[in-house]
Amino acid sequence: MKSKISNTARTFHWRQNVVYIAFVVVVVVFSILLTDSGFLKISNILNIVRQTSIISIIAIAMTFVICAGELDLSVGALVGLTSLTCAMALSSGYGILGALGAGLGTGALFGLANGLLVSRLSIPSFIVTIGTSSVANGVAMWITGSAPVPIDHEAYLFAFGTGDIGGAVPVLLVWLVVAAVIGNFVLKRTRYGRRVLATGANPVAARFTGINVKNIKLSVMLLMGVVTGLGGMLYAGRMYTGRYTLGDGAELDAIAAVILGGAALSGGKGSIIGTIVGAFLIGMVNNGLIIMGLNVSQQLIIRGLIVILAVAFGYKNSKQ
Amino acid sequence: MAKHIIELKNIDMSFNGVKVLDQVDFALEEGEVHALVGGNGAGKSTLMKIMTGVYVKDAGEIIFDGCPVNFRSPQDAEKLGIAMIFQEFSLAPTMTVTENIFLNREFKKRNGLIDNRKCAAEARRIFSELNVAMDPDAVMSDLAAGQWQMTEIAKALATDAKVLVMDEPTSCLTESEVGHLFSMIRELKKKGIAIVYISHRMKEIYQVCDRISILADGKNVVTADASEITMEQMIRGITGKNVDRFEWQDRRTPVRERIVLRASGIKTNNRVEHVDLTLHEGEVLGISGLGGSGTSETLRALFGIDPLIEGTLTVNGEEVCFRNPSQAMKKGLALIPEDRREEGLLVDHSVKDNILLPSLDKLSNRVGVVDEKKSVRVVNDWTEELHIKTDSMNKLVRLLSGGNQQKIVFAKWLANQPQIILMDEPTKGIDIGSKAEIMDIIRGLARDGQSVVMASSELAEILAICDRILIMHQGKVIRELMRAEINSEEELQHEIQNF
Repeated sequence: MKSKISNTARTFHWRQNVVYIAFVVVVVVFSILLTDSGFLKISNILNIVRQTSIISIIAIAMTFVICAGELDLSVGALVGLTSLTCAMALSSGYGILGALGAGLGTGALFGLANGLLVSRLSIPSFIVTIGTSSVANGVAMWITGSAPVPIDHEAYLFAFGTGDIGGAVPVLLVWLVVAAVIGNFVLKRTRYGRRVLATGANPVAARFTGINVKNIKLSVMLLMGVVTGLGGMLYAGRMYTGRYTLGDGAELDAIAAVILGGAALSGGKGSIIGTIVGAFLIGMVNNGLIIMGLNVSQQLIIRGLIVILAVAFGYKNSKQ
Repeated sequence: MAKHIIELKNIDMSFNGVKVLDQVDFALEEGEVHALVGGNGAGKSTLMKIMTGVYVKDAGEIIFDGCPVNFRSPQDAEKLGIAMIFQEFSLAPTMTVTENIFLNREFKKRNGLIDNRKCAAEARRIFSELNVAMDPDAVMSDLAAGQWQMTEIAKALATDAKVLVMDEPTSCLTESEVGHLFSMIRELKKKGIAIVYISHRMKEIYQVCDRISILADGKNVVTADASEITMEQMIRGITGKNVDRFEWQDRRTPVRERIVLRASGIKTNNRVEHVDLTLHEGEVLGISGLGGSGTSETLRALFGIDPLIEGTLTVNGEEVCFRNPSQAMKKGLALIPEDRREEGLLVDHSVKDNILLPSLDKLSNRVGVVDEKKSVRVVNDWTEELHIKTDSMNKLVRLLSGGNQQKIVFAKWLANQPQIILMDEPTKGIDIGSKAEIMDIIRGLARDGQSVVMASSELAEILAICDRILIMHQGKVIRELMRAEINSEEELQHEIQNF
């Protein structure tokens, strides 16, 4: 008789699950308070989806970055820059393929620079990306003299922004689902995902186990750059325009979503589903506060408090 | 007889019901250097932690300067002038020598600002009293290990220390630094400071110590003048009684002729000066030496962690040059590191994730998707094979006992089917039952034709499983012994001490 040990899920962890609880609580509270104002209307829910999908996609890549023990603060500036490069490619008549090349290419270039600086020169990623963030911002303002670049390419706008498939399902949701399925699968089921998590959990042990820690760090920063390029393209599509300010604050929203979703900022732990729920939690709070009639400054304050509360609640319970 | 500065009487101490110290007495005279000798786990560090207030004793008395005292925290002991010089220095590398010495008790001017001039002058005074040339304005990170130690000692003296505890103070020093340390110790004696000198290096003990106390299995063996205690006595004292628990078992399969690993004159920037070694198929090769002799670092060099700057390495007759552990793994090597929590495991990850980590390539298809069924089978096989006790393979490794954690490190490497397994202190910090199991695992590996290099300071264990033993000193292999040539742990200890 072979005695087999069980392979069932581990025990319940507050820190990882607090985001789901918070999500349910916010849904219930807003449903009670705001039903009359149309919070639960399909049109409002689709609105939340459209507003939140792009940041969720960026946060999926950020989950990989944080799981590997790094951070990318250049995301916001790079969204602005890539929205512009792809808009410029479109307005110069290069079509969707040209826009893809310009948007993803610019993202990849910056991601590669971030990755090389982090992995080859061992500079902490948050310092590297503060620098590249400034560079990306400067380039974005420079190439158009800070002017926005409008987009009138119908097919592009449909596929990368405002389209509703079958007249009902926002195309942004499709992008999100595709990104989420791939991201979740890669993080959970592939050797690459395991190596990313191992690198963040304990880089020394990972190196001693034959993992090329430097290449893993390079790869997550590169991935972040490419996905940020996609994010910039989607923002441009949704706004009919490329503009250097489009991504303002995106890096902090993405990081907040990842941490809310149960990831450890020190690395080694994270969940794609948690991240997306975290992003939607933030999106839903924004939406609910707008419906309540709060102004932008009040929204910012309440949003910040909710993020801190949720994470603090998770930390407190996980220590017991 | 000189006056006792501190006396510990009838000290008892238990951890989790296991008695670590049993009616231990220890007394220090003013101005003496007192060696505290004993094997690993004899209770030396526990006794010193009680004397410095880190642990609170279960029973017994502490008498300081004639008055009974009760230490509830390290601060209590510090106030009376009892200081510990740590092996891992507790100094801030970015600050200067002076800043470190007076950290958190800087001289203040009347306006509340730090009086840098007075601090520097005081630091200079301390160093000149000790006859040490030190620049008090130097930044720690520019200084060598010996100077760090001087700073640590000066830091203790700045608080008017009367008792200093030094734990293996020479293990990371060069020979000339050791000389400086000893002359400094003689200056300290003149000032009436009592020093507890914990060390395994018996020659140094005879050079610098006045009295010797031997502790074995948590009990006093003897305290006497250094001149009255022979090296044999010390060796017998530290050998303790656990020898008979690990018996040499005759091999069922002989070591084969074929050489699987050969290092010729290898040197690294990390303590390995010149190492030649050969490893045969199915052999267990032991490497031992005093602390800091380069045994761990030799394994790091073989596994591609520290790059070779001289010498060559061949695996199965093929010359190799490992630039990272990944390349060493591809040639069939594995390393079980000394510090399992920092170097061996991801303690916040599951048993399953840890065991699978080195074998991911073998368990994945062409696009890198891990085969879940195969993975579960591998984890099940190895947890069973090595008797790892866990209720679920998804349990976090940090929740398991030390022995089970170490078995997971073994499982993760054995699952990758290595041919040559390097082990650094494979039984460190685990219970006696797990130690015996680990040794059986190693015997089994050799029987199946795998080859093992084991660096260890546990001589009883080396004698229980190694076919051949190398002794290292200052980064060089200085002696090679066949197991059959050695009759007892005492003999082996002699070889290690008599370099």
